Amino acid sequence: MNEALLRSLTPSVLTILVRRGADFAAAEDAVQDALVEAVRVWPADPPRDAKGWLVTVAWRKFLDATRSDTARRRREDLVDEQPPPGPAPAVDDTLQLYFLCAHPSLTPSSAVALTLRAVGGLTTRQIAQAYLVPETTMAQRISRAKRTVSGVRFDQPGDVATVLRVLYLVFNEGYSGDVDLAAEAIRLARQLAASIDHPEVAGLLALMLLHHARRAARTAPDGSLVPLAEQDRARWDTKSIAEGVEILQAALARDRLAEFQAQAAIAALHADALTAEETDWVQIVEWYDELVRLTGSAVVRLNRAVAVGEADGPRAGLAALTALDDSLPRHTAVAAYLHERDGDLTTAARLYAEAAHKAPNLAERDHLTRQAARLNARRGH
Amino acid sequence: MAKYLLLKHYRGAPASVNDVPMDQWTPEEISAHVQYMRDFATRLEGTGEFVDSQALAPGGTFVRYDGEGRPPVTDGPFAETKDVIAGWMVIDVDSYERAVELAGELSAAPGKGGEPIHEWLELRPFMGAHGTVTE
Repeated sequence: MNEALLRSLTPSVLTILVRRGADFAAAEDAVQDALVEAVRVWPADPPRDAKGWLVTVAWRKFLDATRSDTARRRREDLVDEQPPPGPAPAVDDTLQLYFLCAHPSLTPSSAVALTLRAVGGLTTRQIAQAYLVPETTMAQRISRAKRTVSGVRFDQPGDVATVLRVLYLVFNEGYSGDVDLAAEAIRLARQLAASIDHPEVAGLLALMLLHHARRAARTAPDGSLVPLAEQDRARWDTKSIAEGVEILQAALARDRLAEFQAQAAIAALHADALTAEETDWVQIVEWYDELVRLTGSAVVRLNRAVAVGEADGPRAGLAALTALDDSLPRHTAVAAYLHERDGDLTTAARLYAEAAHKAPNLAERDHLTRQAARLNARRGH
Repeated sequence: MAKYLLLKHYRGAPASVNDVPMDQWTPEEISAHVQYMRDFATRLEGTGEFVDSQALAPGGTFVRYDGEGRPPVTDGPFAETKDVIAGWMVIDVDSYERAVELAGELSAAPGKGGEPIHEWLELRPFMGAHGTVTE
């Protein structure tokens, strides 16, 4: 029983139901019912045409639901006049589904939930587990999202940038429960890249693959954070890195540079170095300059200051830092790191402790606290 | 998508505007107050922002290891001034601004005379999950 295959069929089955005239929310419920049925039936009796099977069962579920709903009597008449379902069309036009689920009228959390359910084929329970909220809450979040987009016409072109933002949100959420959201985001980005020819889609896919390739090395067995320079590079997934680099190069060759491609280029330069010392920091600074030009983002400027510190020395990094607002997230941590490299251990220790206090997650806080403790111990406290 | 803890204090927070102890309200006022909190939670479940809500009994106990063979339970280091947490609600919202807005609404629960209590609520962000991208 291949759950990944099952989920990969979800969006096209859903699209077919909507094309046949089912409204989005009802179609989505019917597809979920069909998926549950498939999990039950397939292990003993696998279908020859998985997609056709799902379409037939989902359509039957949709008809059942529509029939049992007396308030929808009039639509039932319409539905009964429809010809019986034929074989599923081979064309895969799930792209609209991505656009719909990332519609700008949805809040980010709603768009994420709807995408995971309608495009990803995850159950409400799986999504609720991944985001650590009760299943009833997630069910409501999803049904509200469905209501919000129910009036949106399905054939309107959508905004790729919004879809990419939603997928990147999923990717960055980390993982808990029985679904690996990073892997799920990569799967969806792959699917999206297969149905749309767009350099930024490729850029995001490459970025995710390159980050994901380093995941095993990023945390120690006890769950603590391992900084990039200290990671065991033998544990990086070279296959994913090679794939990410290849996808990125093809995208860059098209000369339509945008944010995700530039970020992927930086990740590729990190992944390319056999040792931390071999990292091409000069080129990384150049890519950060591109990113600053593209986004103007303060967070990007902060990351650029780190790269400058490596390329031109900690003093240059600190100089780049002074131009930035020190209330930026991680500003203090960067300052601590650059002061340490500059040899000012007293200031560095104080700033690490301060940064730990402001850290946004536990792993980072513990890491920064250890840095402060390490320097304090060395200074003989 | 960030979780926040809304903390209600029995003691330790500044006095609310409509500061009348609950035992001096009418039963109807108490019912209205309880119903407001319930409706609030139900509404947040509907918007997909509700995570958890619990009330706590007021009697807290401080516990500390006090050495081999000694009883570990104490009444607390600061019996006179210690905060008492009455209960909490956890919400999962898209922004800090939304969290503040909801905390404000919860603070407007009706009290004596049916007027909002204007009680002080403590709003604390959860530590984020360890995201995928950290370097």
